[in-house]
Amino acid sequence: MKVDFTLLLPELVQLLIILGLFVQTLKKPGTESKGIFGLGWLPWAAAVGIAVSAFSMKRSGLLFWDAYQVDGLSQFFKTAVSLGFAIASLNALSAPTVREDQRADYLMFFALSSLGLMLMAGSVELITIYISLEIASYSLYAIIPIRGNDPRAAEAGIKYILFGAAATAIALFGLSYILASQHTTYLHILATKSWTWADSPLAVTGITLFMVGFFFKLALFPFHFWCPDVYDGTSNETAAFAATLPKLGAVVILIRLVALLKPEIEILTLMAVLSAASMTFGNLAALIQTDVKRILGYSSVAHAGYVLVGLVAASAAGLSAAGFYSLIYLLMNLTCFWVICSLSTDGKNLKLDDLNGLYKREPYLAFILAVGAFALVGLPPTAGFMGKLFLLTAAWNRGYNWLIIIAALNTAISIYYYLNIVRHAYTQEADDALEIVPARCCSALWGGVLAASLLVLGIMPQPVFCWMEEAARQMMP
Amino acid sequence: MSQTTMPILSILTYFPLAACFVLPFIKNEKTVRVFTLLIGIAEVFLALPLFRFNMTTPGYQFVEKIAWVPQWGLTYYMGMDGISLLMVLLTILLLPLCVLCSWTYISKRVKEFHFSLLLMTSACIGVFLALDLVLFYVFWEAMLVPMFLLIAVWGGPERRYASVKFFLYTLAGSTLLLVAIIAFYKAGGTFSIPELTEQTFSFRFQFWVFLAMALAFAIKVPMFPFHTWLPAAHVEAPTAGSVLLASILLKMGAYGFLRFCLPMTPDASVYFAPMMIAISVASILYGGFVALGQKDMKKLIAYSSVAHMGFVTLGIFIFSLRGFQGALMVMLNHGITTGGLFMMVGAIYERSHSREIASNMGLGKYLPAYMFFFGLFALSSLGFPGTNSFVGELLVLVGIFKANPWVGAAIIPGVMLGAAYMLRLGQKLAWGEPSHAKAWPDLNFREWSYLVPLAILVIYIGLAPGLALRAIDPSLNRILDRISPKPKTAIVETAALPTPQKGIFAGGLFSLSR
Repeated sequence: MKVDFTLLLPELVQLLIILGLFVQTLKKPGTESKGIFGLGWLPWAAAVGIAVSAFSMKRSGLLFWDAYQVDGLSQFFKTAVSLGFAIASLNALSAPTVREDQRADYLMFFALSSLGLMLMAGSVELITIYISLEIASYSLYAIIPIRGNDPRAAEAGIKYILFGAAATAIALFGLSYILASQHTTYLHILATKSWTWADSPLAVTGITLFMVGFFFKLALFPFHFWCPDVYDGTSNETAAFAATLPKLGAVVILIRLVALLKPEIEILTLMAVLSAASMTFGNLAALIQTDVKRILGYSSVAHAGYVLVGLVAASAAGLSAAGFYSLIYLLMNLTCFWVICSLSTDGKNLKLDDLNGLYKREPYLAFILAVGAFALVGLPPTAGFMGKLFLLTAAWNRGYNWLIIIAALNTAISIYYYLNIVRHAYTQEADDALEIVPARCCSALWGGVLAASLLVLGIMPQPVFCWMEEAARQMMP
Repeated sequence: MSQTTMPILSILTYFPLAACFVLPFIKNEKTVRVFTLLIGIAEVFLALPLFRFNMTTPGYQFVEKIAWVPQWGLTYYMGMDGISLLMVLLTILLLPLCVLCSWTYISKRVKEFHFSLLLMTSACIGVFLALDLVLFYVFWEAMLVPMFLLIAVWGGPERRYASVKFFLYTLAGSTLLLVAIIAFYKAGGTFSIPELTEQTFSFRFQFWVFLAMALAFAIKVPMFPFHTWLPAAHVEAPTAGSVLLASILLKMGAYGFLRFCLPMTPDASVYFAPMMIAISVASILYGGFVALGQKDMKKLIAYSSVAHMGFVTLGIFIFSLRGFQGALMVMLNHGITTGGLFMMVGAIYERSHSREIASNMGLGKYLPAYMFFFGLFALSSLGFPGTNSFVGELLVLVGIFKANPWVGAAIIPGVMLGAAYMLRLGQKLAWGEPSHAKAWPDLNFREWSYLVPLAILVIYIGLAPGLALRAIDPSLNRILDRISPKPKTAIVETAALPTPQKGIFAGGLFSLSR
């Protein structure tokens, strides 16, 4: 086998980053250096990763005995993952709840998990998909409990492992059904088989169970139970990572499955019902939360439902809308988490009341938070609106119009709790007794870049959307 | 349509927005006010090229069209017809006046206040000029955030409740509007409003889409069962917020009916007209009765707005040229008059620190200039002949009596209620006892400067509404043609008469006597 390694440049850069971090973990505790010789190089390296991924956008090819594909879709998602990794690691660079001697290990697991997600983007064979999923998950299992000596973080870690293990076991079980009935694990061969209930009920059952593994990653109702608890328990920086990047991996696999296997009405209806249930439940549950991270947890359950709308559409337009929305979702959530992490300089969870008077303390962060929250609502002119518009437009007249109406009505439910965040930041005065800690430096700058990207993508979504659209058209002409 | 001339509409829309970005660099509060005022005046001058507006063609003018997201059919499409011309001019006029009336009223977070004000103006102008459904929706929603902030930050004691209620109501209404927009795109293949108005959709489609759009617009107007957000928002909002809310935001709902419901879903509009007329009549009567019982001046004016907007929707849904003209005139004049009234309330609040009628009585003796303006706006509000609101209400009444005398009879009490609550308010303010106004100063130069333009408009439009009517007639006729080819006679009638002013009143009286 000859492998064209230039096709794998994004993954290789990511591997180099992991290697570099690994070398740094070997340092004797207490001898960590600061700045660029410490971990300061990481954001730059991650930026190189973004650039390499973006430049290899047009590459395509099939590697490793047809198990690994480089195409528009994989490159789009690899870029998104490296972008998310760069932001999340920049965010976690000075995480207050991580011990100084653990920091390199901590970030290495971030990088490893991102590598797993990149591999997921390229995998076109069920076992490869499964293994990439495990690479992405195991690193997360290791870092969720890291939060000083907080017992709640340990609890969150246990929950995540147990739920994750159960979900992946179900996925593996489904894989065995697919293998038994269709006699192959290659997606492009599976694509030629029939996926109707009448022809092969075993295969339809199998693919549904296999998808459950990814619904878990996506925190889709009813596989969402871990989500608010894990966000709540783990440290803010880990939550920022766990809330955003793994969803990209899940979305890319689901896009591939839908594009290649062209599921019939049974699976699509199931997905539509789950999507409606997820957004309604997520939004309703978020209404009564007071912890900002729990709000974002339930909001991500709702957003999982929105992304699924594009998959239910099962057309090139729908898939590109789902891909675009997941990128927007990554940015929106990272923007909100960025502000949370900046404000919580001691690593505590933020209550809504802790945001009181933010406009006075940190006017820029308050503005960034408002942009993030309004983007999550889907209010123009933020990117959240464009993403939602594309999703709903793609899915209209595909047989699930009731789902669109439910999705639109859900916006009305969700506005309350997002608005609540803004309201606390802008209209409540801070309690004088509240000790005001200045946010970390540079946070306004990078947060501003994130907020600006949300606004720019909302006004001019065209260039980024084009990439995803081409990718979707390659798969579903 | 390529861009050969200056994109005047985009400049008008984005000039206040661009000014927003200068504000953070200004340190002094006074400078912020002066800067925003200058921007407002500059905006008025920027609107001068609009006088090239051709009043004889029904089509859109100053059109700008650029591809936005071609795969998805989104275009950046702006244009102006007679209806939007009036609304845009009103919006532009109000910006400097709003700055002036908040000069001393707003004392905290001045910079943010003017930021919201400019943002709001941009979004409002955009709403009236957008000819692409998605672009329209973007502006429509973009205006929610600054308005929310205006109420939530600078509002009265119940501001949090009022602002959240305002936001929830309006956003909940417009979510289904988005679905309707998407349905239009899938059925008609384009988001462009002019192209969609030329297509005919099945009745079943129109039925649902009309309901979705009507909900959004009825909440914005607001029509009777959906009006509860309005008094709360009005009472709590600062003066400038109330003025913008009453003068511009409420008009967007009526504008939506005229621009979307009628031309795009004509069959459904006719089908639902009895329901809309019933709700409008209910709004007129309910608003009038509730206004009669108010102790708070702002609440009284807020409920009177519900009644006035009832006239607007009534005029729209009787589908005659008179009705349309009347609706638009009420829209315009309600913007001028109610804006003026809210400014008056704001001015007296700065003296008495109360909006209760009981604590602002007996001003006639001590504040004659104040009472002069208040009397003028109050008379205008009740539709006194010779003031602007008379024109609109008369036209609506003429239209409605022509269409259905029974409905006309039903709203006559509404007109009388308007006189009752406004005269009662005016009487108490002028001669009520006991008076605390002895030490209060009369209007100062700043207050004169923002009341005089409105007062001039009250009288000018009241005496010579011809210019405004001539601007809107072609656009209204086009909408009317979409609804039904039947009332052609009305068009001929207007066209045949030599001068517009005479035409209105002659036509009106003529049809009344029939």
